[in-house]
Amino acid sequence: MFDDFFIRAIIAGIGIALITGPLGCFVIWRRFSFFAGTLSHSALLGVTMALVFEINIAFSVFIISAVLAILLLQLQKKTNLPNDALLGLLAHSSLAIGLVIIGFLSSIRFDIMGLLFGDILAVNKNDLLFIWIGGVIILLVLKLIWKPLFASTINYELAEAEGMKPDKYNSIFTILMAAIIAISIKIVGLLLITGMLIIPAAMARNISSNPLQMVGLSIIAGLLSVFIGLFSSLEFNTASGPSIISAALILFCLTLIKFKKSKLNK
Amino acid sequence: MSKENKILLKVEEAGVSFNNKSLVRGVSLQVRKGEIVTLIGPNGSGKSTTAKIALGIYKNIEGKVQKFTDKVGYVPQKISIDWTLPIRVIDFMLLTENLSDNLINVALNLTGVEHLKDKDLSNLSGGEFQRVLIARAIAKQPELLVLDEPVQGVDFKGEIALYTLIKKISETLNCGILLISHDLHVVMSATDFVVCLNGHVCCSGKPHVVVQNDKYKELFGDRASNILSLYEHKHDHTHSQDGSINQDGSINKE
Repeated sequence: MFDDFFIRAIIAGIGIALITGPLGCFVIWRRFSFFAGTLSHSALLGVTMALVFEINIAFSVFIISAVLAILLLQLQKKTNLPNDALLGLLAHSSLAIGLVIIGFLSSIRFDIMGLLFGDILAVNKNDLLFIWIGGVIILLVLKLIWKPLFASTINYELAEAEGMKPDKYNSIFTILMAAIIAISIKIVGLLLITGMLIIPAAMARNISSNPLQMVGLSIIAGLLSVFIGLFSSLEFNTASGPSIISAALILFCLTLIKFKKSKLNK
Repeated sequence: MSKENKILLKVEEAGVSFNNKSLVRGVSLQVRKGEIVTLIGPNGSGKSTTAKIALGIYKNIEGKVQKFTDKVGYVPQKISIDWTLPIRVIDFMLLTENLSDNLINVALNLTGVEHLKDKDLSNLSGGEFQRVLIARAIAKQPELLVLDEPVQGVDFKGEIALYTLIKKISETLNCGILLISHDLHVVMSATDFVVCLNGHVCCSGKPHVVVQNDKYKELFGDRASNILSLYEHKHDHTHSQDGSINQDGSINKE
């Protein structure tokens, strides 16, 4: 019925939605949206590094994201500048350095649009394997650290006082963020991964009353976005990645209407 | 209460500073099983800071802190739950430990908020939220309980009930309690040991010793010394209608 590439795109999208759903909730809860954006911006530098040193792109993106996260922690200790300023500094300087380095690589043809917006329709079997294995690992780790990470998200001091080791689990969470960006860059691209992290979770917040429900709804919203986005990109011949995010936005707007109503009813 | 009770927390000459400004220094205290130790002092005297030092929240501290238990319950002075995180009272109760329904219900019942179990945490009033915080801390049956102004925002009747509860918990659970309180009446009547802070330890000891200390009088005024008389002394005074003490022994007749 559908072409192979479309089936692969659907399977890849499902994988991404399953991971971004729960991680996205933590991004929202911890006010990490800008942090997620910064990490994905740095992915460009990660990709150029991969080209320079001829290593695996996902691996390189992961390393650069992780380095950036550590750098941020160090900067926070060194200066009193607010977080958003530091994140902006890191996001745009890593983007700039990436672009400067690309300039030196005149011999390599570089598909910058593909990098920014991904190409879910070009996913091959190896990519699928990579996404799903990586995804399962990320979700398993998240399940294992759920309790201490959640406690640290609610209140750092309470978590520390009651032996939840928030520093440790916050760091693990940062690594998970770097990992999701690394494995999804080829599919949704670096501009859209942040959208997949934030929009479904934001939608879920509008209609949920407890944390687990929000995670569940966030996953469902992500899956719906993938389906609606991919099928409409097939139907209207639009770019697949942006179609997925647009679908997510429409879902978000729908919950907004319902949310306003239920608030008025109170 | 025997002196041989196990030491749960030992703080020696501890302090912490930020940007070269000392918040509190030279604090020594210990909390044993079944004992209530109270920190008192004016605003900004380092009470909460001392509690946080004791709990290991601050990383770069002077001095030494030893905790001989991992079963800690903490009621912080301030905690804000972001709207972005939907969380009910029941979810919050399970924050740091998986507890049976029974333990949760009993704790919520003790602090009088069982009916709020399925309510959203961000919709609670200040007093209700405090009761939930206390319930959460005691539900896990801690060995060491650290309460930072636990009854703030609670109505007058509830305040007395909660302090009675805290006293009862220290007996039934036989846990050690480090309490921060502004209510000198409570402190002096229900406490085994008082540490009076003002950036450093002004004085410390049994309540009846501390109230006689000049530094204590300096910090809280002479009237504060009379507080103890309410509880410990034979009737060498009377009370007027509003409950204040008439030192001359007269009864304020209308």
